Amino acid sequence: MPTPDTSNQGPPKGLGPLAKREMRFAYVLLLPTFLIVLSVVLFPLIANVWISFKPVTLGDLRAPAILVNERLMGDLEAVGDKADIRYRARNSSRKSAIADVLFTDTIPESLTVISVDDRCVADGQNLSCDLGDYEAGQREDIIVRVAATQAFLDAPENVKDTDPAFTFEPENILTNGDFTLDNFRRVFNASDFWPVLWASMYYTIAGTIGALVMGLFAAQLMNITFGGRAFLRGLFLSPYVAPVIAVALAWVLLLDPGPGGTLNALLIQLGVIEGPISFLGQRAVEINVLGLSFDFPVALTVVIIFEIWRYFPLAMLFILARMQSVSTDIYEAAEIDGATPLQQFRFISLPQLMGIMAVLFLLRFIWTFNKFDDIFLLTGGAAGTRTLTVNVYEQAFAVSNLGAGAAVAVVVFLVLLFFSVIFFKFSPEDDA
Amino acid sequence: MSRFGNIFYLSVLFGALWGAVWVIIITLLALFISGLTFQPQVTAGALAGLIAAALLVFHPPAKRTLGMPALAGFAFLLVLVLASGTQPMGLPLGSYSVGQLVFTVLMAVVTVQSIHLTCMNLGPGREKRYNVEVLCLRFIKGFGLVAFTIAVALPFFVMVMMSLKNQQLLLSNPLDFSIDLGQGFAALFRSYIELFTQYHFGTYLLNSALVSVATVAITLFFAVPGAYAVARLRFPGQNFLSRSILLIYMVPMIVLVIPLYAIFSQLGMRNTLWGLLFVYPATTIPVALYMLQGYFRGIPAELEEAGLMDGLTRLNVIRKITLPLALPALASVALYVFMIAWNEFLFAFMFLDNVDLFTLSRGIAELNSSEVPRQHLMAGAVIATVPVLALFLWFERFLVAGLTAGSVKG
Repeated sequence: MPTPDTSNQGPPKGLGPLAKREMRFAYVLLLPTFLIVLSVVLFPLIANVWISFKPVTLGDLRAPAILVNERLMGDLEAVGDKADIRYRARNSSRKSAIADVLFTDTIPESLTVISVDDRCVADGQNLSCDLGDYEAGQREDIIVRVAATQAFLDAPENVKDTDPAFTFEPENILTNGDFTLDNFRRVFNASDFWPVLWASMYYTIAGTIGALVMGLFAAQLMNITFGGRAFLRGLFLSPYVAPVIAVALAWVLLLDPGPGGTLNALLIQLGVIEGPISFLGQRAVEINVLGLSFDFPVALTVVIIFEIWRYFPLAMLFILARMQSVSTDIYEAAEIDGATPLQQFRFISLPQLMGIMAVLFLLRFIWTFNKFDDIFLLTGGAAGTRTLTVNVYEQAFAVSNLGAGAAVAVVVFLVLLFFSVIFFKFSPEDDA
Repeated sequence: MSRFGNIFYLSVLFGALWGAVWVIIITLLALFISGLTFQPQVTAGALAGLIAAALLVFHPPAKRTLGMPALAGFAFLLVLVLASGTQPMGLPLGSYSVGQLVFTVLMAVVTVQSIHLTCMNLGPGREKRYNVEVLCLRFIKGFGLVAFTIAVALPFFVMVMMSLKNQQLLLSNPLDFSIDLGQGFAALFRSYIELFTQYHFGTYLLNSALVSVATVAITLFFAVPGAYAVARLRFPGQNFLSRSILLIYMVPMIVLVIPLYAIFSQLGMRNTLWGLLFVYPATTIPVALYMLQGYFRGIPAELEEAGLMDGLTRLNVIRKITLPLALPALASVALYVFMIAWNEFLFAFMFLDNVDLFTLSRGIAELNSSEVPRQHLMAGAVIATVPVLALFLWFERFLVAGLTAGSVKG
C-alpha cells in the first residue's frame, strides 16, 4: 500500500491564484496614484538635486533658438539684374550651443537662383542648408545670389514673405553635462547662511510650541458648554480655513507703521506707545532686563505670532476631539476623591492628551519648517525673517539663480530628513 | 469665621479686571463705530467693576436676589461716570450722547454679567482650594474666550471694514470704521464693483472655482481606489504603503517648485491651468488616500463579503456598498481638498503669468502694489475668503469629523 506523499502538505507557501489576483487588482488600483506622485513629487525631488549641481539661471530656461533676418541686397531694375538675398542667422542664447541646424526657405518664383552658399542646395525655388553646429551667440550670413525675371519687375515680391524654417536641436541646459559645486559653495559661504538657519529654527520651534499651547488653551475653553459655542468654534477655525493671502495681507495692513495702520493708531490712542512701530519691518529692538541687554527680534516674532494665530485652530480641533473621547467616569471618580479642577487637568486630562500632542508637535514641526507662503506674504523675508524656505525663493527667483535656489532646497530637504529620522526614532509606535 | 474670606477678595479683584477689560473693549468698539476719539477710562472702569463685584458677592449665593445685579449695574454706572469726571468714554457727554449712553450701559450690563458668571454659586466667605480654583478658572476661561475672540476676529473685522472705506478716509483716521449707510448700495460696495468690472475678478473667481472643483474630482477619482486597495486588499508592501503615504505630505512644496517650474517652462505647461491641475492633485491625493483608508477600515468587511458572495465584482462592491457607506468621509475629504486647492498660493503665484488664467490668490497678489488702493486689496481678500469660509462653516461638522478621524486616530 503506497504511503501518501506528505512532503507537500501543510500550509500553502507563496501566493495562491486568488491571492495573486487580489494583489494584481490592488496594484492596478494604486498605479495611477503611484504614477502621479512619482511624476510630481519624487521625480522633481531628484530633479531638484540634479539642478542644484548645475549652473542654471532663470534666463536659461527659455530654450535657445536661431533667429534670422532676411534681406534683399541690391537693386533689381531690369531683367537679369543680379542681387543677393542675405540671411543673417544668430544663436539667441549666449550660453548654450545649438547642434545640427538645418535651414530651409522658399525663394519667390519670380527670382532665378544663380548661386548658393557652399552649405546649401537649391532645388528649384526650394533652398535647404545644413549649417552644422552653432556656438553660443554665434552669428553668420548665408548669401543666395538671384537674378530678376520679367515677372519680378511686373510684380515685385518681398523675399520676406516666405518664412525661413529651421530644424535644430538646442542643447538643453537642464540635461547637458555641465556640473558645478558653485551653488553649494555660494549657499554655505553666504554671510547670512547661519542667520537664515537660526531664523528658520526659531520660527519653527516657537511657532510649533506656540500653536500647540494656544490650541490646548482654546480646546479647554471650547470644552465647556455655553450659548454660542458652535458659532465661536466656527470663528476660531476661520484663520486656518481662510486663504493665506487674504489673512496675511489683512495683517500687513493692520500692522502697517505708516498712516492708515490700524494697530499702531490704536496703541497710540491708548497711550501704550508714543510713535508707530514697524512690526514687520524692524529687525530687532534692544531690551534691558536687570542690566542685561539683548536684541529682541521684532519682525520674526510677529511672523511667529501670525503662524500661531493661523494654526492654533488645527491643534484645538485635534485636542478637542481627543478630550471629548475621554469618558466622563474618570472625572467623576476624581471629583468624588476631592481632586480640584487643576489637579484633574494635570493628572487626568494632560496625560490623556500627551499622545495627540506629541503627534501634533511632530506634524506641525515639519509643516512649520516647510512653511513658505506666510513669511513671504508678510515680510518677503526682510528684517531678519528670511527662513530657509524663503531663501529658496530668494535665490532661485529674486536673484534668478535656479541652481543656487535648488541647492538651498537640498539643504531644506536634508534638515527635514534629519528631523524626521530623529522624530520617528523617538516617537512611540502606536501614536500616529 | 469672618463673613468675608478669600472668595470675596478674589471676586473683587476679578470684578476690577472685568471692569477694566470691558471698558477698554467697548470704548474701542464705540471708537471704531463712531470714528470719535474716545479714550478708555481704565482706572474708573476698574474701580466701578470693583464696587459692582463687592455688591454682587456681598451676600451668600442663596440670598442673591434678582435686584442685586441691577443694583450692581447702577453702582457700576455711577462709579464709572463719577470717577471719570463725567466722561465715561473720555469725551464730554454732550457729543454723541445717545451712543455714549448706549455704550456705557452696555459696559455695565456686560461687566455685571461677567462678574455674575465668574462668582456664581460662590459665597463671600473663606473657601477651600477647590472653590478657589473654580473661581480663578472661571475668570481665566472667560477672559481667554474674550481674548481669543478679539484676536481671531480683529484681522477679519479690519479686512471687511477697510474694503468698505476709501483710501483718503483710511489714511486720515485709520480708526474710523464708521459706515455711512446713507450713501447707497453702489457707493458702499464700490470697491467690489470695481474689482469685478475693471480687475477681472469675475474671471479669477471662475478660474479658482474651476481649478478647485477639478482638483477635488481628480483627487477623489484616484484616491478612492487607492485607499480601498490599501485598506482592504492584501498585497506585498501594504503596510509599508499605508505608513509611507503621509511622508509624501511632508515634502516641502518649495523644494518641488524649482524643478517643476523648470520642467513645466520647457514643456510649455507652466502658464496654464492644466499645469495647476497636474500639481494640485499630486499634493492632495496622498492625504486624501490616508484619510479615506482610515474610514474604509472602519466599515465592516462582512458587508462587502456579502456583496462578493452575491456575485458582485470588486469594482461593483466599491461602487454599490463601500462608497455609499463612506459618503460622510468622501464629503469631508472633498471639502478639505477644495480648501487646499482654493487657498493654494505658491504654485498659482509661480506658474500663472496670464491675467485670464489667474486664480483668486494670484489675482490678489497682483493687487498688492502701491498703485492699487487698499480698499480694493481688502475687497479682493474678502471675495477670496467668503466662499471657502461659507462652505466650511456650512459643512463644519463633516470636516471636523473627517479631519480628526482620518488624519490622526484618537
